[in-house]
Amino acid sequence: MNWASAGEFWAMGGKGLYVWGSFAVTLACVLAEIALVRGRFAGVRKRLARMRVAADRGANDET
Amino acid sequence: MTAPAKALAEKLPESRGGINWFKYASPQTFYPLAGKLIPLFGWPALALALVGLYLSFFVAPTDATQGESYRIIFIHVPAAWMSMIIYLAMAFWCAVGLIFNTRLSFMMSQALAPTGAMWTFIALWTGALWGKPTWGAWWVWDARLTSELILLFLYLGYMALVAAIDDPRRADRAGAVVALVGAINVPIIYFSVKWWNTLHQGASVSVTSAPKMASIMLAGMLVMALAAWAYSVAVVLVRVRALMLERERNTDWVAQLVESSR
Repeated sequence: MNWASAGEFWAMGGKGLYVWGSFAVTLACVLAEIALVRGRFAGVRKRLARMRVAADRGANDET
Repeated sequence: MTAPAKALAEKLPESRGGINWFKYASPQTFYPLAGKLIPLFGWPALALALVGLYLSFFVAPTDATQGESYRIIFIHVPAAWMSMIIYLAMAFWCAVGLIFNTRLSFMMSQALAPTGAMWTFIALWTGALWGKPTWGAWWVWDARLTSELILLFLYLGYMALVAAIDDPRRADRAGAVVALVGAINVPIIYFSVKWWNTLHQGASVSVTSAPKMASIMLAGMLVMALAAWAYSVAVVLVRVRALMLERERNTDWVAQLVESSR
């Protein structure tokens, strides 16, 4: 175990800003990408379903 | 399927005992396969990241010369590796697309680009945060750093070009040419520390010599690299599925998919 206390862990030997700045930005990027890509996929699925419903309605109007 | 791809597919029948890879060259068959593969890469990515972080912070000891700031290596090196590997994968799919005229290949390269750009940004960002306490500077115009910055511009340029051209087939081809020309930058990045006298250190790990770092540090780095790789595969597969639906929305297979999921 490298750390005697939680305070020591977060301080990272005085380099906390650099170490946590690296890991936090990476985590933020990864979480943002997951949210964006899932949002994009769900958005396309929703749009396609709506188009399908609109097409059905159009077909019913004609009959 | 286009004529050259079809001709090749006929030459490689499944009866020869292998898998007919061209079967998965059509979005229609790749879409459900990609859907099955996503959790197979996504969950291991999470598990590997947790193990990697544990090794990075609780098992790997403090570095004798750099103190704690060296722990940035556990993000920095995997991110830099991914930035180069994804670019090569992107260029590979562009070449396949140009040769066989398979539309899924272009979708693959377009799905890879944002993730590659993200890893390039992370490599540069963590490099700056590591450079400051170690070299005393956030940034220097060193060959390694400059060529990695050019890689970021290549990703962004590729994405901008593809997005700017309305006709998807023309966008595919124009983007592919740019991506292939830009691929020359990847070996430049890799060998920059050998070819020029750089402030950036040489390779820590290479195929031809023993690693120049403690084995536990190396293990942590490799686990983090595997996590980054598995994560990238999963997220790119989600993106390529979205791209397939967007680009193929007027085809029968997408119509059937929408119909069956109601």
